[in-house]
Amino acid sequence: MMKYAFFLGCNIPARVQQYERSARAVLARFQVELVDIRAFNCCGYPLRNSDRNTYLLFSAKALALAEREDLDILTLCQCCYGSLKMAAHILANNAELKNEVNAFLGKKNLHYQGKARVTHLLTLLHRDIGEAAIREKLKTPFANVKIAPHYGCHALRPSDIMQFDDPVSPAILDTLVSLTGAKSVDWSQKLECCGAPLMGVNDDLSMRLTAKKLANAKASGADYLSVACPWCHIQFDDVQKEMEEEGRTEADLPSILYIQLLGLAMGISGRRLGLPQNKKDICDINTFIAQ
Amino acid sequence: MFFSISLYLALAIFAIGTIYKVSTWLTRKVGVFGQEFTPSQRLYAAIRGVVGVVFSRKVLLLFRSLILDVFLQMRIAREDRLRWIMHILIYSGFTFLLLMHAMENLITAKLFSNYYSTLNPFLFLRDFFGMMVVVGVGIAVYRRFILKIPRMLTNVMDRYTIAIVAIIMLSGFLLEGAQMSSHSEFMGMVDDYSFISDDEELRALESYWVAEYGTVSPNVEAPFSDDILKEGAEAHENYCAYCHAPNKFAFAGYTTAKAMGPFALALDRVNGAAILWYIHVIACFFGLAYLPFSKMFHMFSSSFCLLANAVMDPRTSHPANIATRQALALDACTRCGTCSLRCSVAIAYEANGNRMVLPAEKLSFLREYTAGKKIAPEAMAAIHEGFYLCTNCNRCTVVCPAGINLRELWLSVREPILAEDGPTFLTLSPFSFFRGLNRPLLPAQGYERPMDEAMEAMAAAFPMARDTEATIPVVPTDRTVAARAHETPWGATFVGCFACENCTTVCPVVQSYEDPQAAVGLLPHQIMRSLGLGLKDLALGAPMLWYCLTCYQCQEHCPQEVKVTDILYELKNMAFQEVAAGS
Repeated sequence: MMKYAFFLGCNIPARVQQYERSARAVLARFQVELVDIRAFNCCGYPLRNSDRNTYLLFSAKALALAEREDLDILTLCQCCYGSLKMAAHILANNAELKNEVNAFLGKKNLHYQGKARVTHLLTLLHRDIGEAAIREKLKTPFANVKIAPHYGCHALRPSDIMQFDDPVSPAILDTLVSLTGAKSVDWSQKLECCGAPLMGVNDDLSMRLTAKKLANAKASGADYLSVACPWCHIQFDDVQKEMEEEGRTEADLPSILYIQLLGLAMGISGRRLGLPQNKKDICDINTFIAQ
Repeated sequence: MFFSISLYLALAIFAIGTIYKVSTWLTRKVGVFGQEFTPSQRLYAAIRGVVGVVFSRKVLLLFRSLILDVFLQMRIAREDRLRWIMHILIYSGFTFLLLMHAMENLITAKLFSNYYSTLNPFLFLRDFFGMMVVVGVGIAVYRRFILKIPRMLTNVMDRYTIAIVAIIMLSGFLLEGAQMSSHSEFMGMVDDYSFISDDEELRALESYWVAEYGTVSPNVEAPFSDDILKEGAEAHENYCAYCHAPNKFAFAGYTTAKAMGPFALALDRVNGAAILWYIHVIACFFGLAYLPFSKMFHMFSSSFCLLANAVMDPRTSHPANIATRQALALDACTRCGTCSLRCSVAIAYEANGNRMVLPAEKLSFLREYTAGKKIAPEAMAAIHEGFYLCTNCNRCTVVCPAGINLRELWLSVREPILAEDGPTFLTLSPFSFFRGLNRPLLPAQGYERPMDEAMEAMAAAFPMARDTEATIPVVPTDRTVAARAHETPWGATFVGCFACENCTTVCPVVQSYEDPQAAVGLLPHQIMRSLGLGLKDLALGAPMLWYCLTCYQCQEHCPQEVKVTDILYELKNMAFQEVAAGS
């Protein structure tokens, strides 16, 4: 029985609730227990640009809360994952900062030692649950659907700290996609950024980067993108929809959260997985399920 | 005479105040949504909306919200049990007192033909309801001043609210105690309700009241003989009992009367009961008159807000009604602090002390701001930061016991705040994501301005990058980057850069421009080299910093293990610090 402190971050509860729903539905079938810690806050990611030390307080508080429960953290978001791991890395290398952080946390009866590890959902599926166990639960695998896997920057890089997968030719998500019976297609823009970090800062640049990725994945024959990060998903779903209205893309390539793809292959209904919550319709993906 | 004049005066002020408050819901412009509607259009839309709901199936939702949210306050119960107990005690105790006691001639006497305030159950209930309020206020004081709920900040209005309720309740109990112990009150009742002419009988009755009813007499004193008490009890049965239940049922007043015992005669001599009556009545009328201008007005505004929330949908509701609801929402906030307690980024307030980060404080500020209060220029930076340092995680909206749609409010009010004298430097960070997502909903004009303004301010603060003609000194000028190098594991790795340009080659931002140098100022490898040359200000002036995706491609591909992205992060931090220190 695996047990994790479930760290949802800010985007998922507000804008990608289907990610939480589908993750809970799928992980329940693998007997993964998810512990909700209400005092969890933002991981600090957006603050790292302006105020590194305050960002560290955000991440350290989350890590300390998990540590107090003697749990590791499970995140669904690449940026939460990257921020938490990076914070742990900085604190492990700077005793002075660590003391400052603990002086702050002490006021909340928390203490950061660095015991809680941070795991991403994809790692949990690939490494801890494992291919064999997943294959056992498959009931309605896909056939003839081509998926372009999108890894998300902050899980992959910087690879020396993230230790997520091979940064140059990652395979985890490709393997997981193939498990569902779908075909994972290779595409040259696979490892590039989705564009979300510049959304709102430089919208034009952000959308041009997104358009480039969408066009490339489409040209590689993909029917869908599959992602495992709420930022990327919003960019490929909400933002793509808006881009279509503004005539910025014609790729028409919807994004499906990987966990939804897996859930469908396990026979969980699209409604329970929150498929209708997508801005771009993905309910048709059911037609690819092998009869 | 005094009573009716002051009552009508208080009611008049209350009515005028309420009309004024409600009119502000229709006239105040909060944020960008529905700005174009005139007050009369908003009134018309509101009436149409209400009528539309009342005559549709949505009326069931309204009814449900009235029971669960308004009367039972389940939203508070979900958040904090102690607070729910506090609120239910104060609110139901006060409501019952208002209906049964304060409006006794209008309500209680009409419902119960044999009503006397001195008979049970009324005698008991009055004290019981009063005690509910007192216990509730006690919990309120305990929560605010002793328990010190995190991030629940207390202002003048919070203190006033606790004080006015406490004064009304305490003066009520003191008045009751003074009346019970007062000998002249006793004699007044004897004159009014009995036919005693015999001094012996009066003495017996008085002894009985001293023994049983808390009266303090200058004529008789305990202990009394059984005979006297028996005779007194008989007289009591004849003259008093039919309309006066034992004072002990009014447990709080009776206890007060007993406690007042030693001073009761002196108090009676100066007509203490009358003085306390004035204090009690004036406090009640003051509370009533001032109610529309105080936090207590939330009994109406929060209820309306909850009800509106139950039936309104931002996607289908008339924009004029959204504008009205946002103005109403500012009055509905009770500063209970639930939003601040649950806020995802509240640590930023704890770290740097900027109260404006906390949602409840932002609402307080907005109330004054939308009423037309000018902001002091020195306060502006904190306000800009507070309103932008938000991940729009929706938690505040989910937990607000008054049902305020804060999510919608933040999006809407951020625009006028951004339009105030800036710059808001945080617009150059991922905090902009939500605003970017909602660009189609926002006015196109002025949308780019905050980012342009921040970029321009950054460029102006570090002019070296822009001024390509300037002579760059040969001797390294700046050691600040090296000085903070020890803070991070990568601090000094830029020294390894030999300008192979791998970082620049793989950068997706650089690839996006035909003339990258014109767009981003310095290319990533040039920034690393600038640091190597001690030209920090050259690096800080590069727009590249703000167009960096933080995708870490550069860092991953550096053969020299220069932590390019992490260094760009550090540089952004330094730029933020320097512009903040400079302004």
